[in-house]
Formats: sequence, structure tokens, C-alpha cells
Amino acid sequence: MSILNSKIPEGPLAEKWSKHKANIKVVSPANKRKLEVIVVGTGLGGASAAASLAELGYNVKAFCYQDSPRRAHSIAAQGGINAAKNYQNDNDSVFRLFYDTIKGGDYRAREANVYRLAEVSPNIIDQCVAQGVPFGREYGGLLANRSFGGVLVSRTFYARGQTGQQLLLGAYQALNRQISKGNVEMYSRHEMLDVVKIDGKARGIIARDLVSGEIKRYGAHAVVVATGGYGNVFFLSTNAMGSNGSAAWQCYKKGAFMANPCFVQIHPTCIPVHGDQQSKLTLMSESLRNDGRVWVPKKKEDAVKLQKGEIGPNDIPDEDRDFYLERRYPSYGNLVPRDVASRAAKERCDAGFGVNAEGKAVFLDFKYAIDRLGKDVIAARYGNLFQMYEKITDVDPYKNPMMIYPAIHYSMGGTWVDYNLMTSVPGLYSIGEANFSDHGANRLGASALMQGLADGYFVLPYTIGDYLADEIMTPKIDTNAPEFEEAEKEVTGRLEKLYNIKGSKSVDYFHKKLGQVMWDYVGMARNAEGLKKAIEMIKEIREDFWKDVKVPGDLDNLNPELEKAGRVADFLDIGELMARDALDRNESCGGHFREESATEEGEAKRNDEKFTYVSCWEYKGESEEPTLHKEDLVFENVKLTQRSYK
Amino acid sequence: MADKILKKLNIKVWRQKNASSKGKFETYTIENISTGSSFLEMMDILNNELIEKGIDPIAFDHDCREGICGTCSLYINGRPHGPDTEVTTCQLHMRKFKDGETITVEPWRAAAFPVIKDLIVDRTAFEKILQAGGFVSVNTGGVPDANTIPVAYEDAEESMDAAACIGCGACVAACKNSSAMLFVSAKVSHLAKLPQGQVEAKKRARNMVAKMDELGFGGCTNTGACEVECPKSISITNIARLNREYLVSRLSR
Repeated sequence: MSILNSKIPEGPLAEKWSKHKANIKVVSPANKRKLEVIVVGTGLGGASAAASLAELGYNVKAFCYQDSPRRAHSIAAQGGINAAKNYQNDNDSVFRLFYDTIKGGDYRAREANVYRLAEVSPNIIDQCVAQGVPFGREYGGLLANRSFGGVLVSRTFYARGQTGQQLLLGAYQALNRQISKGNVEMYSRHEMLDVVKIDGKARGIIARDLVSGEIKRYGAHAVVVATGGYGNVFFLSTNAMGSNGSAAWQCYKKGAFMANPCFVQIHPTCIPVHGDQQSKLTLMSESLRNDGRVWVPKKKEDAVKLQKGEIGPNDIPDEDRDFYLERRYPSYGNLVPRDVASRAAKERCDAGFGVNAEGKAVFLDFKYAIDRLGKDVIAARYGNLFQMYEKITDVDPYKNPMMIYPAIHYSMGGTWVDYNLMTSVPGLYSIGEANFSDHGANRLGASALMQGLADGYFVLPYTIGDYLADEIMTPKIDTNAPEFEEAEKEVTGRLEKLYNIKGSKSVDYFHKKLGQVMWDYVGMARNAEGLKKAIEMIKEIREDFWKDVKVPGDLDNLNPELEKAGRVADFLDIGELMARDALDRNESCGGHFREESATEEGEAKRNDEKFTYVSCWEYKGESEEPTLHKEDLVFENVKLTQRSYK
Repeated sequence: MADKILKKLNIKVWRQKNASSKGKFETYTIENISTGSSFLEMMDILNNELIEKGIDPIAFDHDCREGICGTCSLYINGRPHGPDTEVTTCQLHMRKFKDGETITVEPWRAAAFPVIKDLIVDRTAFEKILQAGGFVSVNTGGVPDANTIPVAYEDAEESMDAAACIGCGACVAACKNSSAMLFVSAKVSHLAKLPQGQVEAKKRARNMVAKMDELGFGGCTNTGACEVECPKSISITNIARLNREYLVSRLSR
């Protein structure tokens, strides 16, 4: 028996969640008032969980590093949120959404979790509308839908190109309501630096007040981590500058397993990198692929002229344009899933057909949609995205095609959780992007928002009760306990250590170096040799970092460089674990592409016989190698097939 | 569109150690900045140079760097978010500046937004206003099907126009009275234009306005500066709607 117990309920797939809910324990209102829950992170997962738990009667403390919960990076999600409403009468259903998500994830996610996600998805839309989320509507007043990559139905709800913003504002409003009622204590500009365990159970956190620099202790009967993904390990990504993997990494060091860390999503439609002064990459929503056609020149000489700036895209006639996605994948065309679209772009650019000066960009062209529908329709659909593109690049996308290239976007991997969303540490939960559970090896567009809100509104509030029902006799957690004392000492010691290195190089210097190694060897295409090399290189960067990093400012004052230093120290460790995981998984699946495992046409080749498992890494100490545990994935309701979007 | 290099820029920037100390301007020079870089990338480069020289880097708020989180808040050459329209500071690019120029960078200046350090201000006042009523009082679960209540297309669109507010505070910084009317009216309009928000509309307008007054924001004198500087083009017609909602709520008491 493995030490991993996923606690997936028995019974037919469609009945698992209802049966589970009927079987788990419930806490009485009188007892909820005595229990405290800490929620770290206030994006879609954290804000919705904090609000819902407070509504139920728990005492909630919520933390975010930003100056307001509304600024969490869920705000930047553009395109939409999926739900199996079947409002379009196009034969959508819970099963179809489940199937699309499992297939899109390349059969590396749990059936039961994904089915539950699809099952609660309609409730999310109802909830958001009731909160006043201004979704796009038809003239008859009912909700509108659009289509997204990897699916053949229209099930994506949207609020222009700002769906994440509007959903987060909905959850934030619910959170504000609970703050005003005194049910949630909000700690903005606070960063969790450790989780505290007493007798094996999570009992609180250590956090730094980012304004005063004070290190403080907070106790609770359960801790929920909703701190998003670790994409910034690559330095350049579509994540916010402050997005980090540190909270999840502290959980890992305290015994929570990390699952599938090598599964990161590379989004095909980002604004390409320019020069070497760049700090961050900007995403152009996947929804653009509904109306934009992706192409590069058919003739190499045209590509060379484009790269030299001798001709523009509009100088190339239609017959000389290679709409390579439509050519390779006729049934899904421009709407193939993200991993497929990203690799196809890389393949064309590597073959010399890239269209910008660096040869690392392809066109996303709206000319055809504008000819068909008119400029006004396109402006109504994507106006804000077009404006954003023009502000950044100084090019008008109504007149010229956009230039796009893949970039790191999302972490499918994350903290391992069971069906109840509890990590391998009792009382410690992980929700939203921070956990690994629902997207397998590749996430479909518009499913991140769905998962964050499903976890926060409709899953965790039920499952956490099952754990807390046994905690009703536990008194208020005493933060003077020796475990808190020790955790605080460790946190303070680490900050002082970073601060006192007083080396010669800035934090960014190391972060950029790490990012380059990750992109070159643990990026879109990976192989055993490169991964081994990456592990060695990261070790060297880490050694250098701890000897030569320079953290200016003060420990007891607002100090962004100190915050960054702590996060980059953790990224160095996360990056190594990602490389290790990628090395173990000698198959190609979803966003993880091993060059050793490809079909003759260069498509990803899974190896179900050997790798139908979740890799779960257990921390063994600073200089020890982590232990790999495997949770076998069992498929009873879908047949594993080689994914095809042709 | 080809990027050029700005050979030299003077950055005159507000330095203030913490909330209780007195601040002052310092001027730094920076060389070889690409016009394709964003303003904040220029600030990153400047900060890395300061760190190398042993000078405390300039603290400024920023996060998503794609114009949606509302964190960045620089007052550049006398304008919130700098010399461009419909952008946040993070979307402002160096092509808007000339070689050799002196660029003045300040924090938002408003009594309700005290400086925390350098260019970072405390916008907790905005949180408090929203906590006073910027929500619909529904709990999770037990809500009707999303298509039960049709909403006219135009109403949903107008609601969305107002809901696009990112809470950055540029409207307050632009206003000579440091009024938060555009911010408050955006939330009031967002919810008032939807049937789900209308149930509590009167109470919401009353409570949010009362909180805004309590926190030290100034009154509105219709100069329109807020609308001009709003990175999301929130219209001042929302202020007219807020005034109407407020009046109705006072009359119906």
C-alpha cells in the first residue's frame, strides 16, 4: 500500500461526489464559531474560499502579499470560464466537459476530481451572476458563450477580455462583505514564510508584514494555501512580478508532497520577447484564436525578408502563407490545445520561418475575420486586447497581423492533494493553481478560472468540514507553543542570512540566470542530457546565490529586494525539482515534451504502460535527494487514446 | 516601429524612507534605454544600477505588468500613469519620452493615500469604501439559474463599462480636490445597472458615499480630470448616476 491515499470515493463516476458529500462529517454552526481557518492568497481560489468559509461561520484570517486582495493575478485572466450549461443546445454535458478536460490533460489527471469539477461548473456561473458579474449577453438578455481551444462546443462564458477581473471582483466583493461583518480578518501586504505544524497537523503560519518587516505568528485549526503557480521560475512568464512558489515550497519542506512539478503550460499566444531589457511577458487571450488565423510564410526567402524588415506581412499574398495549424490539424484548426499550438509555432520558427528580427514569432491575423464580420464586431469582441497590443508594440492589429510566440503561463503541477483537497500534511489544504489535481499534463483554456472557483466556492467548504469536525474540542491555537517559536526563529534566521551575504550581484541577476537555464533545458522541448545538465547548472547558480547575492535596504522596513531574494532562493530549489521530475518522466504528454518520445511526425508520444501515474516528491532534507512516490492513475470511464486533433 | 535607444535620461524621483520621515527629490541619470522598454522596465534597470552603487533602490508598487491589477501608481511628469492615454504606468513605454529629457516621478498625492515608502502609497481607504457596501449580499449556494433573469444587452454592457475600474487611484491623484467620486461611482453603477445589484442600490450609494466622506476624500467639482486620466476610460456619467442614486436614497428614507 502506497503512503498516498487519494481518498477517491467508491461507486460510479457520476455519483462519487454526491455520495461523498453525504458521507463526510458536518460541523454545527455553534462549533464553527469556535474554529479558525487561515487562507493564504486571495485570487479566485483564496477569495472564494475565504468568503464561503466565513459565510458558513468559521473565523477566517486571509493573507495576501499585494496591497489589496483584488490585485491577485487571477485578475489578469482574459478569455473566459467554462461551464457545462449547454445553453447553446450544442450537445454539451457534464460528461463532455469532463471528457474534454481529461483528454486535454493528456490522461494524466484523476477521473474523479475532473468529473467533480465539471459537475459543479454550472453552479459557478449561477453564483457569479447572482453576485453581479457582468457577463457578456445576447440581445435577448441571456448569457452569451464563445468557443475555446481543444473543444467542439461553445461553453465559455466571458466578460469581454476581462473575465478573470470580473470573476475576481465578484469573489472580492463577497470577501469584502465578510470583512465588513468581522468574519474575515484581512492581512494585506503580508507574506507567508512558513507553515507551522504541531503534532503532525498544520496549526498556523509565520508571516512577514511587508511594510514594517515584522515577523508574526498566526494560529488556526486548518491552513489553506491558495497561492497560485510557480511559472516565474522561468523569470520571463505571463505571471505577475510577485507571483511565486514560496508558500507551496514551505509546505513541501514541511511534508506536503509536490506533484508533477514538470507540468507547466506554455501559452502559444504571447507578445514575443524583445531585446534584453524585458521583465515580463504579456499574454494575448486564447479567445483570439476564435477569429485570428495563425500563419508564417511558405517560402523561406519571404521569412528572411520579414526578419530583416525588408517587407511587411501584408506584402505576402494569401497563396504564399502557410496556415500551419489549419494544414496540420484540419478538424480543430486554429483552436488546437495550447501545448499543440505552442510546439507547432516552435517547429516553424526552428525551421527558419519565424517572422520577427529574432526569428521567434508567428502571425495571428484578423484580416480574414474583419473582412467577414466587419471591424466593429471584432472591436466589440477583442477591443481591449487590441488596444493592449498596440500600446506595447506600437503596431495596429486592425491593420497588421499580431506577432505572437509561446511563453510560460500556468503550472498544472503543484502540491499533491487528496480528493478532499488536503495535502499529505493533515489540516493543510491546497486549492486552485497551487494544487496539481485537475488539469493533468495540459490545461484547457478557460478552465483555470473554473477550477479556482470550484475549489473555493463548492468543494473546500464541504470537505474541510470533514476534518474540522474532529477538531471541535481543540482550543484556540496557542502561538506561544515551541513549534511557533522555532518556526519563527527559522524564518528570521533565513532572512538575516540572505541580508548578511552582502555580495556583489542583484537578485535579478540570479533570477535571470536561472530563467535562462529553465527555458533552454526545461522548457518546450526536453531531453535527458539537457535535464541532467540543468540540474548541475542550477546547483552552481544556487551556490553562487547564497555566496554573492546583494540585498540592500533594511530588514525592518518595506524592502522589495528582500522579498524577491526569498522567492528566488525558493525558485532555485523548485527549478531543480522540476528538472528532476522531467528527467524521470521519459514520455511526452501535454506540456511536457521529451524529445526521446515523439512520433515520426514530431507529435508527442505518451507511454501509458510506464507513466500513467502522478509523480509525488517527498522532501528529505536540504542536501538529500527527494523521494519519488507514484500515485497510479486508474481510468474506468475513458479509454486512453493517443490524443489527436487532426 | 523599430525601437531606438535613448542615450541619456534624468530621472527626478521622490525618495521617502517611510511614512513618518520627510521626503525629497533625488535625480539619477540612466543611459541606453530602448524605446521598446516599458517605463517600469526602465525603473528596474535604474534600480539594478542603484543596487550596484550601494544606493537603496526606489520602492514602487507594481505586479501584473499588463494593465489590469491596478497596483502601479506613478505620477509621471505631472500626470497619473504618465504621458499617454488609457494606460497604466506598466503599459507606458519609453517611446513616449525624448532623449536627454528629465522625467519627474512622484507618488499619488492625496491625504487619504499616505506615502509608505518612496513611490508606494497606502490605498486602504479604497478597501474601506468597498467594504461599506460595494457588494451584493448573497451567500455561496442557493442562487437561481444564471439565465433566470434576462438582462438587457445594453445594461450589461454599461455595467461592464463601469466594472472595468481597476482601483488604481489615478482619479484621486488627478483631482485637485482628491475626490474619489469616479471610483465610488464606478462600483455603484456596475451594480446598479444589473437587477442583482438593484435590490440594495439605495443603501449601497448612501453607505459608500458616507464612508468616502469619512476617510478624507474631497468633494467633486466636475473638473473632469479623473475621466481624462482614468486608464480604463471610466466615464464621469457614472458620477451623475451616483448622484442620482444618492439623491433617490436620501429622498426615500
